[in-house]
This record gives sequence, C-alpha cells and structure tokens, in this order.
Amino acid sequence: MFDGLLNQLVQGVLQGGLYAMFAVGLSLSVGVMRLVNIAHGDFIVLGSFTLYSICTALGISPFLAMLIILPPAFGLGYLLQTLLFQRIVGKDILPVILVTFGLSIIIQNGLLMGYGPNPRDLNAGALETASLNLGGGVAVGVFPLLTFVSAVALIFALDRFLYRSRTGAKIRAVSDDVEAARLIGLSSRKIYATAMGLVMVTIAISACFMGVRTNFNPASGPSQLLIAFEAVVMGGLGSLWGTLWGGILIGLAQAIGARIALPWEVLSGHLLFLAVLALRPQGLMPKE
Amino acid sequence: MTFSKTRRLAMTGLRLGLLAVVVVLAFGPGFLEVGTMRLCAQVFLLMVLAMMWNLLAGYADIVTVGQHAFVGIGAYALYGLTAKAGLSLPVAILGAGAVALVLAVPITAIVFRMRAAYLAIGTWVVAEVCTLLASKIPGYGGATGITLPGQVIRALGGNVRDRFANLYWISLGLVVVAYLATALLLRSRVGVGLMAMRDNEEAAGAIGVNLVASRIICFLWAALFLGLAGGVLALLNLRIQPAASFSLIDYTVYVIFAAVIGGVGSIEGAIIGVLVYVGLRNAFSDYSNLYLMFLGALSILIMLVEPRGIWGLIRRVLPENIILVSHPYRGRAGREQGES
Repeated sequence: MFDGLLNQLVQGVLQGGLYAMFAVGLSLSVGVMRLVNIAHGDFIVLGSFTLYSICTALGISPFLAMLIILPPAFGLGYLLQTLLFQRIVGKDILPVILVTFGLSIIIQNGLLMGYGPNPRDLNAGALETASLNLGGGVAVGVFPLLTFVSAVALIFALDRFLYRSRTGAKIRAVSDDVEAARLIGLSSRKIYATAMGLVMVTIAISACFMGVRTNFNPASGPSQLLIAFEAVVMGGLGSLWGTLWGGILIGLAQAIGARIALPWEVLSGHLLFLAVLALRPQGLMPKE
Repeated sequence: MTFSKTRRLAMTGLRLGLLAVVVVLAFGPGFLEVGTMRLCAQVFLLMVLAMMWNLLAGYADIVTVGQHAFVGIGAYALYGLTAKAGLSLPVAILGAGAVALVLAVPITAIVFRMRAAYLAIGTWVVAEVCTLLASKIPGYGGATGITLPGQVIRALGGNVRDRFANLYWISLGLVVVAYLATALLLRSRVGVGLMAMRDNEEAAGAIGVNLVASRIICFLWAALFLGLAGGVLALLNLRIQPAASFSLIDYTVYVIFAAVIGGVGSIEGAIIGVLVYVGLRNAFSDYSNLYLMFLGALSILIMLVEPRGIWGLIRRVLPENIILVSHPYRGRAGREQGES
C-alpha cells in the first residue's frame, strides 16, 4: 500500500517549489503594496507565451530567452504600477479587484486571439527528461529539482534584498507606513514601482519554469493564481519563507490526493487550503 | 424652490414610468416570440445576479468573485429535487434556493475568516471546489453533465410556447421579489447600519452597528437568491453540467462587468448594466474575445474615472435614485443640493 508513497511525496515537495515560485511575487505585491493582483496568474501565462514566441523565432533555449525578458519585465512592472496600480492602491478594494480582474480578462482573451486555444510548452531539450535515482524507489527529475532549488534561491535572494539592502529597507519602510516614509523623504510612487518591477521579474522566471514543466494555454492563468494565493495565505501574509512552506504543502496535498484518485489531485490542494483557513486563519508562519 | 419641485415631479414621473414598464412586461408572453421570451428570461435572471453582487459589493462591502458557486449549487439542487426526489417544480425551485442558503452557512464560516480582497479570492476558491465536487456526485452526470428528465420538462408546460411563457413569468417574478426583498432588507436595521458603515466604519461601530452580523446576513441573502436563479437557469438550459452551471464567465465575470458599468451601489445600476451588457453582446456576437477585452478595459476605465458607473453619471443630473432602497434623505444637505 505504501509502494512508491515516498517517491510521490518527494515529487509533491518538488512541485511545491514551482508553486512557491508562482506565489513569491504575489506575496511581495500583497506584502508591500497590499495589492491582491487577480491577473497574477495571467501575467505568468503571458510570460510563457512571450518566451514561446522568442524561442520559436530565435531558436534559443527558454532560459536564455528568460534572461532577455527580465529587464523588459521589470520595466513593465514599473510602468504598470506608475500608470495604473498607483491610482487604485490604498483606496477601496473594489477598484483593486475590478482593475486586476479586467486585466486578467484582457490578457486571457488577447492571448486567445493571438495564439488560439491550443496548449503549448517550452522545450528545454534533454534537461526535461533527465532524472536522478536516489535509491529506495525514489527518483527525481533533474528539472523539477532545479525548479525547487531555483525557487529556494529566488526566495533567499528576495529575502536578503528586502532585509539587507538599502532599497529593501526603503521598500519595507514605505510598506509599514506610507505617511511616515514620506516625512523622511521617501516617495512611495518610486518605491512601489520598483517593487512591482521585482514582482514582474519573479513572474518572468516563473513563466520560464512553468512553461518547461507543464503545458499552458491562454486560460491557464486563474488556476496558477488560486494556487499562488493559497500558498501566500497559508504561509502567512507577506512572509516569503512562509510562502515556500505554503507552496510545498499544496504540492504535498496534491500528491496525496492524486494517490487516492487522480481526479482528486487539484481538489486536494484547495481542500487543504480551506481546512487551514478554518483552523488557523492567521496562516502557518505569520509575519508578526 | 420651484426648480426642486420640478425635479420631484420628474422623479415621480420616472418612477411611474418604471412601474408601467413592469406592468407591460407582465403581459409579455401575450405578444412576444418564443426566442424573445427566452432572451428576456435570461436578462431577468442576470438582473437578479447583478442585484445580488451589487448588494454585497455596493452595500455590504463584500466583493466576491465566486458567486457562480451558488448559481451552480441551485442548478444541481433543482436537478436533485425534481429528477431524484420527484418534487413538484415550484417546491423544487424554492428548494434550490434553500439548499444554496444552507450550504452558504459553512461557506460563510470559512471565507469570513478573510477580509477584503482575500475574501474575494477565497470565494473563488470555494466556487472552484464546488465545481470540482459537482463533477464527482454519483448520478449527476459527472463532468459531461445530464439533461433534465422528460417529466420535469413537461411539468414546465405542454408545448414550447407555454414552457417559455412560464419561465418568463418565473424569472420576472424573481426579479421583482428579489428587488422588493432586497429593498426591505436595506431599509431595515441591517441595511441602515450597513450604509452608516459605508459612510464611516468607526462611527457606525461606535453607535452599536454589528458589522459582522450584517455582512453575514447579506451574504446568506445573496446565496438564497443566487440559488433560486440557478434553479431557474437549469430549467432554462434544460440541463446541468459542472463547467456550464458553475460558469465563472457567465455568472460572475459578465455579472461583475455589467454591475460595474451600470453602477455599483444602486439597483438602477444593476438593471442598466445588464441591459447595456446584453445589448453590446448581441451587437458584438461575432467578436466574443474582442468584446470581453473591451468590457475589461471599460470597467478599468470606469473604476478610474467614475466608480459609480453609468448611473453615477446620470445621478449628476437626477437628485435621487428612482428606486429607493434607503430612507429618502430630507436633511439640510438635500435642500442645499436642490437649490444649487
């Protein structure tokens, strides 16, 4: 009965790394700008399609393509925050939800018109199928392992940046108290724009790993958003390391669900989230 | 003063006009084509959905993106109560609302642990769970869904015309009941408290408005009517299916866009929004993707320019809402407005 259970759990943890990668950007925008971006998943999918087009046109590896789009991604985040999100943050929640919801629908339908409904994926060659045998019936794919390690590295880097760098300190200051930060001469506009730029960078990285790992189509965004959201809430709002644990828990729940019956895979992740919410609404690793 | 009198006269005229429209609509099946009756029934049900979203977003300060959960629950409950339990149609429709209301209680207990935007996405997760679970109920057709049995369809009417006439009346009745009941709710202690909260949350709390209880009542209220509308929608579509009965696009996305374009925070907004939405939909039926992008862009624009939507623009001219849900304001500010 426990045949391969360990193996499945390990796969679940690795899958959770990908989810944490989706979630870390959302955690940042929720934690710093208090912006719950409903289009978060759709931006990831938009990134994957962009990488797809670049890879097809230039015949390069998706990882190289990802490096190319990192600067424009930062720019896009900076502009979006300055031109759009800055007008709606801090007010009612309705504008935030409506504007990001509107963006989500625009991206989904724009992609549908541009690429059609068929699923695509990014091709990373032999890396996708390579695997390591760890013994004891546990074999891990090199790429899932690389994804997990990258997620941990990304979270580590962001955490260092927020708590060790000058810009990070400014971001935290504005996030704690916009008015007080203004008194000491910090403009929330520029700081928020920088933070949103960073969020878009994490989205571009996630887009690459998701695209190589799974198929995606124009309608894939919302399911990524829900998983990212669950990881953020379960981990404790605004806690980056908590987000990693949230992602891993969803990956584990899905692995266990899939073991019971395959159609229960996605459902198990959601059910775990609702259960955590019912029992421990402050999340597992709250910031304060 | 005469100016304000003219305005009051105009308001009375508009109200009588609206009443006349409802009376004429009640005789609709006497002169409408079957296709038109079907479209009208859809429009009426959409109005109920928009009114409920608006009740939550415009008054109770609860924004949901998961109201398709209760619409789907209503549809599945209707199938269960008619096809499985063999209940008569009127009982089954009311039962669909009741099932949605009962299931809303545990759902409320979970999602109300979150606030604001988190609650919004939390309702979406719940709707996702409901959709996935609906495809796993044994005997309900799985992921492909199931058609309503013949005897249920016959109970709706002997021929197509009778069936759609009945659906038309049921839907129209549901809009009127939903409106009257919601207006009563908003004029009650609960509604007045909510509006006090909308204006100043701390002051309202200080004078003893129980915000949490009021919000929960509104959420359950909405679930009841969404379930009723879901039951009637199942009769209109003659089938239930997880993806269609729990449609995010049809019962939440479009409804939100319609309510926002029409104007959040007024019943008129919900009605105007649905009419604009259906009109645009028919005009752009060949370009559905472009049309959705347009709706998305329009609602972003409205949020930035006039968050009260089309009705907000109209209210710059009109002194008060046509459909009063709150006690009419007769204070000094009102008089000043009248004189200006």
